[in-house]
Amino acid sequence: MTGKIDVDRAKCCYCGGCVGVCPVNALELRDTILFVDEEKCVKCGTCVKFCPVDALRLI
Amino acid sequence: MRELQYDAVVVGAGPAGSIAARTLAGKGVKTLVLDKRQEIGTPKRCAEAINGRGLRRVGLEPDPRWAVQKINGSVLYAPGGKALKLVFDDRLGYILERKIFEKYLAADAINLGAKYMVKTLATGVIKEDGRVVGVEADFMGEEYRIMSRLVIAADGVDSMIAKSAGLKTVNSLSDYHSGFQYEMAGLKIDGENLLHIFFGDDNAPKGYVWIFPKGNGVGNVGIGILGKLSAPGRKAQFYLDRFIESRPEIFSGASPIEVNSGGIPVGSAVECLVADGLMLVGDAAHQVNPIHGGGISMAMHAAKIAGEVGAKALSEGDVSRERLFEYDTLWRAGDGVKAQKLLKLRSFMEKLDSTDLDTLADILESDEITRIVEGDYGLMAKKIIRKAPSILPLAKKFLI
Repeated sequence: MTGKIDVDRAKCCYCGGCVGVCPVNALELRDTILFVDEEKCVKCGTCVKFCPVDALRLI
Repeated sequence: MRELQYDAVVVGAGPAGSIAARTLAGKGVKTLVLDKRQEIGTPKRCAEAINGRGLRRVGLEPDPRWAVQKINGSVLYAPGGKALKLVFDDRLGYILERKIFEKYLAADAINLGAKYMVKTLATGVIKEDGRVVGVEADFMGEEYRIMSRLVIAADGVDSMIAKSAGLKTVNSLSDYHSGFQYEMAGLKIDGENLLHIFFGDDNAPKGYVWIFPKGNGVGNVGIGILGKLSAPGRKAQFYLDRFIESRPEIFSGASPIEVNSGGIPVGSAVECLVADGLMLVGDAAHQVNPIHGGGISMAMHAAKIAGEVGAKALSEGDVSRERLFEYDTLWRAGDGVKAQKLLKLRSFMEKLDSTDLDTLADILESDEITRIVEGDYGLMAKKIIRKAPSILPLAKKFLI
């Protein structure tokens, strides 16, 4: 699969809500910074759909 | 690498984590609490409402330092605009100041002997022969190996601990709300002692908009929408901003003083709340009221039970899944039963369109709604049979 999840740091409210819906455990919130493990990510877009503030994009 | 040894480690210093820690420490268990945030209580992911019973049943008396606004009822606004006022009578509620409340709970646990570490990320569990025997953690670049016979995961919707132990805690977008909130000042609210709740898919698809007053024109103004209906350009924030713009009578002089967002589990609790050496509490266990999405009361009560069972199990020298399962059984027999009932109500409500909701608002009395949200559907069923037969098939399918 191609592409990756882009985190818009200006928009992200670091709530971790996306972490709770990631089916492959590819997201991790460390205090205020969201990390995406590109090895694990399957680009399913679940986090993109969930994000309350549109801070995530599949690019 | 530093090595530490405790009887119990609690991951997450939210209300669930600190109530678990207080319970354990109060029974003489050597307890350590880890939180990844550098300040306990912030940022909140929450609308801060709780009823008095939710406080009292974990031994807390409302304290004006953190129970900042008394609530004695709510107003439900149907999509067509009809307002239904519910009075709580003896069931007084409160709006909390979570930043202060969570630190108060932590201090309470610390005074009973618990230790806390903040800015400390628990990176995963340590396992021996398939059993959880501790956690690995990172504090400001320093690695810790913390051995502990019991680990309690109270680390929220983004729980890493349960996942690292191999438990399935992933939420599905059909049982998860996407939430967004402004804490605002300068609100013109008619009734600061009431929760204001706005329904309708134009306002919040399969969710609701809330205004929870905190006094002096300050309040939490938020929204939850069903995760599967959240889509680019149609996110929780979009709907809330649109709602605020459409009601200048409330918001024309208001400004935000804080922004919050979050994911809200509104399905069933996770399949099993325990594993060998591990217990799950609060959002990490999806212990949330499915009909209103409130989690503080359920999380704290579950944590109290977990702490009590955990302390007994430790003193008996048996922290196996089978021994810890007593917590699972006790929780499911109490709040678990109510949560499962309310899950049915949520499924029913999700199938209703705005016209159906207006019909229900027309035929139901306030005291009947109070009973419905407690899980008693008898009166509603009778009313639907007599006055809204078009909704009857859905009511039969989901509520019986």
